[in-house]
Amino acid sequence: MSLLTVSGLEVRLAGKIRVRDLSFAVGEGEFFGLIGPNGAGKSTLVRAIAQLLPYRGQIRLDDQDLSRLPAQARARQLAYLSQGDAVQWPISVQDLVALGRHPYRGSWWRGGGGARADDLAAIDDALRATDIEHLRQRKATELSGGERARARLARVLAVQAPLILADEPVAALDPRHQIQVMTLLREHCRRGGSLILVLHDLTLASRFCDRLLMLQCGEPVALGTPGEVLTGENLRRVYGIRAVTGTHDLQDYVLPWDCEPGESDSSP
Amino acid sequence: MRLNLVLLLLLLGLSVISLRFGEAPLSLSEVVGGLLGTGSETHQLIVQQIRLPRVLLAWLIGLSLGASGAALQGLLRNPLAEPGLLGISSSAGLGAVLALYFGVTAFSLWALPAVAMLFALLATLLLYALTQAGANNLTLILAGVALSSLAGALTSLALNLAPNPADVQDIVLWLLGSISDRSFEEVRLCLPFVLAGLALLLLCAPALDVLALGEAEASSLGIDLARLRGLIIAGSALSVGATVAVSGAIGFVGLVVPHLLRPFVAYRPGRLLLSSALGGAVLVLAADIALRLIGTPRELMLGVVTALVGAPFFLGLVLRSRRDML
Repeated sequence: MSLLTVSGLEVRLAGKIRVRDLSFAVGEGEFFGLIGPNGAGKSTLVRAIAQLLPYRGQIRLDDQDLSRLPAQARARQLAYLSQGDAVQWPISVQDLVALGRHPYRGSWWRGGGGARADDLAAIDDALRATDIEHLRQRKATELSGGERARARLARVLAVQAPLILADEPVAALDPRHQIQVMTLLREHCRRGGSLILVLHDLTLASRFCDRLLMLQCGEPVALGTPGEVLTGENLRRVYGIRAVTGTHDLQDYVLPWDCEPGESDSSP
Repeated sequence: MRLNLVLLLLLLGLSVISLRFGEAPLSLSEVVGGLLGTGSETHQLIVQQIRLPRVLLAWLIGLSLGASGAALQGLLRNPLAEPGLLGISSSAGLGAVLALYFGVTAFSLWALPAVAMLFALLATLLLYALTQAGANNLTLILAGVALSSLAGALTSLALNLAPNPADVQDIVLWLLGSISDRSFEEVRLCLPFVLAGLALLLLCAPALDVLALGEAEASSLGIDLARLRGLIIAGSALSVGATVAVSGAIGFVGLVVPHLLRPFVAYRPGRLLLSSALGGAVLVLAADIALRLIGTPRELMLGVVTALVGAPFFLGLVLRSRRDML
C-alpha cells in the first residue's frame, strides 16, 4: 500500500519550471532513492514534498492532501533533513535531537512546555540508533563531520514520522560513515517507515534502495528497481557515463567507470 | 530558571542602590519611606519624582535592548546582530528628531514614539529583506553600518538646518542617550509599547530554538516562519523605537548581553530571550549607577558609557568570529 502519492506535480522556481509532470508513489517501508545529475530537480522535488515550496498538482500522504494538513500534524507525519550543515548555535547534541520533538509540543498555556516521557524515550531511541549516546553533552558545532551527520539524522529520527525525506545525508561522509548511515536508514524502513533519499552515489543507490526514480531536467527518465533504472542505456543518456556492474553476496552493484566518449559534458 | 532568578534579584538590588544614590544620598529606610509615602516630603519627592522614573526607564530600555538583541540574533542566525549596530536604533532616533523638528509632537504626545517606532520598523524590514536576498553576515553588518550612517547623516542634516542653536544642543545631547532628568511622563509614554514588544518577542522563544536548525528544517517541524519574522520585527521595532523616543540611542547592550548570557542557557536561542531581557536591564541600570558614582564634572551620558564598553567588545567579537571562519 502506498504511503505517499505524487500526481501531476509541477514546481516552478523563479519563473523556471524545475520539476514537471511527475507522478509516483512510495510504499510503506520502502527505501526510495532519487537520482539524477546536478540540476535535475531532486532537491526541489524533496522540498516540494516537504511543503517548503509552492507547487501544482497533488501530494497525498496517507490519503490526506499534504498542502491542507495543519503544520503541526504535517510535521508529525514527515521529517525533513536538509542538505549541508545548518546547526547555528553550539547547543548540545541532546538539545539538538530534542528539537525533533517540537511537533508534539503542547501550547504553553496548556502547560506543554516540558519534555514528556515519550519525548525522552524518542530522544534516547534516536541517540541509540545513531550510536551517539556518548555525545549527548557535546556541542553540536564541535562534532566531526561523521558525528554531526549522525546527530542531525538522530534529530530527524526523533520526530518518529512515518516518512523521512533526506537530501544527500551521506554526501560529505567517509565510506565507513556512509555505509553506517545507509544501514541506519534501512533499519528505519525495516520497521515500517518510508524514506525518500536524494543521493549522488550510484553504488550506494544500487545497493541500498528498493526503488529509484531517475530525473533529468525536472522530468522522470526511469522509475523502478535499481536493476531496471541503472541500465547502461540510462546511465549513458542521463549522466554520459559508462558503468561497471557486478554481483556480490547476491546483490547487484553499479560502479561508475568512465565518461561516454564524445559526451563528456552533456549534462546541463 | 535559576539564572533568571539571579538576574531578577540583581536587578532589584541595583534598583535599590540606584534609588539611594544621587546628589543627596539616602539611607535604605529613607528610600523605603519615600517609596511608600511614609517618609518626609523631600524624600518622597526625590524618590518618587526624580529617581524612580530613572530606574524604571533603565529597566524598560534594558529589557527592550536585551530581548531584541537576543531575538534578532536568533532570527538572523547571526551573533553580531543588534538593534544599535544594525541601524534600528539610529533610524528610530532619526524618526524622533524629525518628529521634534517638524513639530509633530504638538499634535499629540504620542507622535514622538509613534514616528520613532515607524522608522525602527522600516529599518528592520529593510534589513530583513536583505537577509532574504541571501546576504551573508558581513553584508548584513555592512548594510547596518550603512543604514546607521544614513540615519546619522539625515539627523545631522535636520540639525544643520535647524533655525535655533539652543534646540540643536538639546537634540544632540538627547541623541547621545540618557535617562537623567526624566519623569513619569516618559515612563508612561514608552511603557505600553515596551510591554507589547516584549510580549511579542517572548512568544517566539520555542520557534527560535527550532530555528537553530535552519529555516527549511524549522519549517518542516511546523514553524510558521512568516509569523515568526513578523513577531520579531514588530516586537523589536515597538520596544526599541519606543525607548529610543524617550532616551535617545543606547548602543551595544543588545550585542553584549546575549553574548555573555548564552553559555548559561546552554546556547539555546529561545531560553536566551527572557534572560537577555533581564540581563539588559541589569546592565543598563548598572551603567547608569556607575556613571553617577564616577563623579565626572559633568554627568556622563548613558549612551556614551555603553558605547565605550560595548565598542571594544564588538571589535573582539568580530576578530573572534573572523578567526572561527578561517
